[in-house]
Amino acid sequence: MLELIVYGIVFGSIISLGAIGLTLVFGIIRFANFAHGDLMTTGAYIALFMVTTALAWIGIPDTTFGSLSFGWRMLIAFPVSMAIVGGLAIVADRILYRKLRDQGSGPVMLAMSSLGIAFIIRMLILIFWGADSLFYKPGLLRPAIEMPVGVKIRPDQILILILVFGMVILLHLFMQKTKMGKAMRATADNMELALVSGIDTDRVIILTWGIGGALAAAGGILYGIDVQVHAYMGWNFLIPLFAATILGTIGNMWGALVGGLVIGVVQQVSTAFLMPTYKPAVAFMVMILILLFRPKGIFGGKQE
Amino acid sequence: MEIGGLIAYLVALAITAGIYAVFCLGLNIQWGYTGLFNIGIAGFFCVGAYISAMITLPAPTGVYAKYVHQLFGFDLPFIFGLFGAAIVCGIIAFLIGIPTLRLGEDYLAISTLGIAETFRLIFNNEKWLANGARGLTGLPQPLENLIDPKYYNYIYLVIIVIILAAIYLLIERAIRSPWGRVLRAIREDEASAAMSGKDIFNFKMQSLVFGAMVMGVGGALFAHYMKAVSPEIFTPLYGTFIIWVMLIAGGSGNNKGAILGAYVIWGIWIGTQLLTDYLPLFLKARAPYIRFLVIGVLLELILVYRPQGLLGEEKKVSKMME
Repeated sequence: MLELIVYGIVFGSIISLGAIGLTLVFGIIRFANFAHGDLMTTGAYIALFMVTTALAWIGIPDTTFGSLSFGWRMLIAFPVSMAIVGGLAIVADRILYRKLRDQGSGPVMLAMSSLGIAFIIRMLILIFWGADSLFYKPGLLRPAIEMPVGVKIRPDQILILILVFGMVILLHLFMQKTKMGKAMRATADNMELALVSGIDTDRVIILTWGIGGALAAAGGILYGIDVQVHAYMGWNFLIPLFAATILGTIGNMWGALVGGLVIGVVQQVSTAFLMPTYKPAVAFMVMILILLFRPKGIFGGKQE
Repeated sequence: MEIGGLIAYLVALAITAGIYAVFCLGLNIQWGYTGLFNIGIAGFFCVGAYISAMITLPAPTGVYAKYVHQLFGFDLPFIFGLFGAAIVCGIIAFLIGIPTLRLGEDYLAISTLGIAETFRLIFNNEKWLANGARGLTGLPQPLENLIDPKYYNYIYLVIIVIILAAIYLLIERAIRSPWGRVLRAIREDEASAAMSGKDIFNFKMQSLVFGAMVMGVGGALFAHYMKAVSPEIFTPLYGTFIIWVMLIAGGSGNNKGAILGAYVIWGIWIGTQLLTDYLPLFLKARAPYIRFLVIGVLLELILVYRPQGLLGEEKKVSKMME
C-alpha cells in the first residue's frame, strides 16, 4: 500500500505538471483547454522522435547516466521538446483561438475548437507513429532500488519528483518575483483592469500558452520515461488533469500541484481494488465528489 | 457499380445519417437552444444502445449462457427498447445535472466527458453486465419478417424517417412554446432570465434530460440497425465529436440545420472514404486517421469562417410575430 502511495505521488507529480498549465490557461485566458492532454502527448512524441531518430542521426551517443534509463540524448531532447510544444501552443492561439476571441465566439466555442485541436493532434500522431505503445529505450531493464521503509522505487522516479518540484519552484519564483509574473497574476484576477493598468495582456496570453505548453510537454516526456508513450496517453490524462485543476481551485498553481498529487495517489491506490483501466473513471468520481461538496476547490474560499 | 447496388448504398448512407440526425436534434435542444455544453454524447449513445439491446434480446439460456453474459434480457419488441433507452438516458442526465448545472458550462462539459469515458470502461470491463468487450449480437429488427432481408434496409429507412420526423415536430413544438422561449432566454442571458422569476436550474435540467432522451433513442436506433453493440463503437470520435461537427456545420439553434448538418457531414465523411482509395499503399492503413484529421480541420474552418453554420439560427420563433 505504501508503495502504491509512492507511485501515486510520482504519477501525481506528472499530472500536476499538466494541471498547472491547464489551471494557468483556465485562470488567465478563461479557457477550458481540452487539447491540454494532447499537448502532453505531443511533447512525449517530439522527444521520442529526437531520441530515437534526430539525435541518433547527428551522432549523440546512446549511453545512459548511471542507473537512470536515459542519457545525453534525452537531456537535449527534453528542453527542446518543451520549447517546441510551448511554441506550438502559442501558434495555435495566434492562428485560431485569438481569431475566435476577436470575433466574439463564446467560451464554449473556444473549448470546442480546442477539442478539435486535440483530435487533430492525435490524428497526426497516429498517422506518423501509429497506435502502438512505444518506449524511449526499448528492452532496457529498469531495476528498482529498495528504500528504507521497504518501498521499491526506480532511480528514474526519484529524478521525476526532483524535476517536477524544481520546475514548480522556478515557476513560483517567476510568478512572484518578476514583473511579467506579476502581470500574469493581475490578468488572472481581472483582465479588463489589467488592460487599463497598462499591462500588455496579449503578451501575457502568449506567455501563458508558452508556459502551459512547455510544462505539458515536460509532463508527457516524464510519463514516457516512467511508463511508455502512446497516442491516447494525453486523452487518458485529460480527466485527471481537470479533476486536479478543479480540486485545487481554478487558477491556483499550488492548488493544481496538490490536486495532481491527490488525484495521482487516489488513482494509484484504487488499482488495489479495481482494474487499472478504471483509473480515468476514478479521477472522474473524485471530481464529481468535489463538484458536489466543494465546487470551488480546496483553496476556493467560502462557497456562495 | 450497377444501379441497384448504388441505391442500396445510398439507402444505407441515409439510414446512418438519419440516426446521426437524431443525435444532432438531441444536442440541439441542449446546446442550440439552452447553451448546455455536453461533450459526452457518446455516453448516452452507449447507454441507449445497450439498454435497448438488453430489453429486446432474450436472456441467454443453456450452453449459450456460458459464453454470453448479460444483466437482463426481456425479449420485448423494438418499441419498448426505444422507450427504455430514452428513460434510462433521461435518468442518467438527471443525475449528472445535479452537481453540474448550477456551475459554469465547463463543469458540465468535463463531467459529461467523464461519464462517457466511464460508461465505455464499464461496458468494456464488466463481463457480467453486457458481455464485456465482445458485446451483444443478434439484436432483433422491427418488422424483419415482413420482407427479404436483402431489402430490409428500405423498411428501416422508413422507420428512421418516421421517428426523425416525430422528434423534429416534437422539438419544434416545444421550442416554440413559452417553455422554449425560457430556454433561449437562459442561453442568451442567465441573469436576466433569473430576474424574470424563472428557475434556471429546473429549466436547464429539463433541457438536459429531454436532449439526453432523444440521444437514447438515437443509440437504440443505431443498435438495431447494426444488430450488434460493442463498447469500441462509442469512442469520443464517433460518438461525440462528429455529432458536434454536424450540428455546428448545419447551424446550432436550427432543427432543420441539425438534420442538414448530419447529412452533409456524413456525406463528406463517406466521401473521404472514397478518396482514401487513391492514397499510396503505405498510407492506406492510416486512412481512418487521415479522414478524422479532415473532419477536425473542417470544424476549425467552420468555427472561424462560418460560425453560424450552413443555415444559421432561426430568429423568428413565432408566426404571430410581424
